[in-house]
Amino acid sequence: MILEIENMSLAYGNIEAVRGVSIKIVDGGIVALVGANGAGKSSTLNAISGLLPISAGTIRIDGQSTKELKPHQITRRGIVQVPEGRRIFGRLSVEENLLMGAFSRNDHQAIAEDRDRMFELFPRLKERRRQVAGTLSGGEQQMVATARGLMARPRVLLMDEPSMGLAPLVVEQVFDTIQAINAAGTTVLLVEQNALMALEIADHAYVMEHGEIVLEGPGPELAGDERVISIYLG
Amino acid sequence: MSDTSLTTLPPGASARKRINGIDVFMWALRCAVAAIAIFGAVATLLQGRYSLAQWFDFAMFGLTLGSVYALIALGYTMVYGVLRMINFAHGDITMTGAFAGYFVASGVSRNGLLATHPVLAIVAIFAVAMATCIAVALATERFAYRPFRNSPGQAPLICAIGVSFVLEQTVRGMFGSGVKSYPLTTWHDAVINVAGLRVPVVNLFVMGCAISAMVILYLIVHRTRMGMAMRAVSEDKAAAALMGVDVDRVVVFAFALGGAMAGVASVCYALIYQQVHFFMGFAPGIKAFGAAVLGGIGSIPGAMIGGMFLGLIEAVGPALFLDGLGITAPYQLRDAIGFLVLLMVLIFRPQGLFGEAMAKKRA
Repeated sequence: MILEIENMSLAYGNIEAVRGVSIKIVDGGIVALVGANGAGKSSTLNAISGLLPISAGTIRIDGQSTKELKPHQITRRGIVQVPEGRRIFGRLSVEENLLMGAFSRNDHQAIAEDRDRMFELFPRLKERRRQVAGTLSGGEQQMVATARGLMARPRVLLMDEPSMGLAPLVVEQVFDTIQAINAAGTTVLLVEQNALMALEIADHAYVMEHGEIVLEGPGPELAGDERVISIYLG
Repeated sequence: MSDTSLTTLPPGASARKRINGIDVFMWALRCAVAAIAIFGAVATLLQGRYSLAQWFDFAMFGLTLGSVYALIALGYTMVYGVLRMINFAHGDITMTGAFAGYFVASGVSRNGLLATHPVLAIVAIFAVAMATCIAVALATERFAYRPFRNSPGQAPLICAIGVSFVLEQTVRGMFGSGVKSYPLTTWHDAVINVAGLRVPVVNLFVMGCAISAMVILYLIVHRTRMGMAMRAVSEDKAAAALMGVDVDRVVVFAFALGGAMAGVASVCYALIYQQVHFFMGFAPGIKAFGAAVLGGIGSIPGAMIGGMFLGLIEAVGPALFLDGLGITAPYQLRDAIGFLVLLMVLIFRPQGLFGEAMAKKRA
């Protein structure tokens, strides 16, 4: 098991945002974490990445607690987050953004190869490699964010709302990309408000509500679950 | 029913900016300053009191001083970039470098090395001044700023002002409050003739050093991994951390680079004024901070251009704007002109020439 979250809670001041969440991520699949806005999904991801301190429970990478680790050390252990809202470096060029993704690596030859592979995966980015990333469209910025995350050669890619704010057609492309990334061997933990689409492609999924996990099971199965439908549609 | 009229405004009307008294006052202020500057400049030029050679001297001195301001401003701007904090002790960090350089300079002057091996001696002065500034900057960051990094409110800023006093009073306590004169090099008062214009060698030397240091800095920031990481951190600290960047190391890197620039600046400043003093860091520090704001704080090219511009305004401004208005001894007002320019920038373009708007929303 690469990543194991056990009974984790975290709070902003006195407000508990996440309560007793347990998530297991084994090698290979797509795990989805879905729920409404404010359910605590992003907080969970940020706790995994070490950006937020947890108040109870443990997060383990390869069986080791991450309590003492800083965000960059968690990234170096292969748990890489593509943050919500993309958070690309707008004043850096597209290529520099990709190189920033590989910041934790030292194998220059392989970094250059990976960069070329990203340009194959996202030909649009190759055309704009010298362009300042802040001038790209939303969909292109999501490509930069995803490619930047992949440049770290993650074992687990944590994706926070990759479809947020994108046109429906572009959302389709994003989901196709996630499946392609997974098919190429990267485990994905996908956080989405777009629950039904995320559940369709997830091997395993968790449904969060008010900071707690209320349901879990194979993704397509949950997609047909009455309770999920009632949470989202009703 | 007066408030119902507000709610029935047509859509879009609220977006239109209403002109109020403050706007009118600001425009009047802007016009008044511009009118005084233009009137003064025209009057000065009509009187023809200064020759072309004198204007050249003013500009030369301005660019020399400006390149030193630019070097110091870089330290403010880089630290602001990564921490969003004004390191108010930066001027005094520069002062410590000037003292360290002074001790080496007087040493090599006494034992004759300055006369026999001037290049070696100058390199030694710069090296020791830079090392001192870097060390003081890093110690300040580690012991004074890092513990306050996540404190709310103005704690880091107050702490920076405290560090400024500590540095000044420590140097005063250790080396006295007197003015120490910098040993003169043989070439210090030399001038060379370029097309009939007299160019002091020391000005060329200072500008050469400052510009080389800035070129090296630019290459470090734009061509190295750490430089790229620094630019990334200054845009988005959390996102950079998610990329595997150790933000603390980048902060240390920014302080070290700023310290190195301050070290170069300190020797240059001492060469221009030929003296060191425990309080000498204050004025150039404040002015360089002004220059950084002028260029747009957080922007590296902004700091360079802001410094040059401020130096030039200070040197040319008094004669150009004030002489024609019949003000006697206008040169004593050069600080006033420098700070007036800073004030005007803060009022009319708070983000500076190259800066981002502070409240700009992230896309």
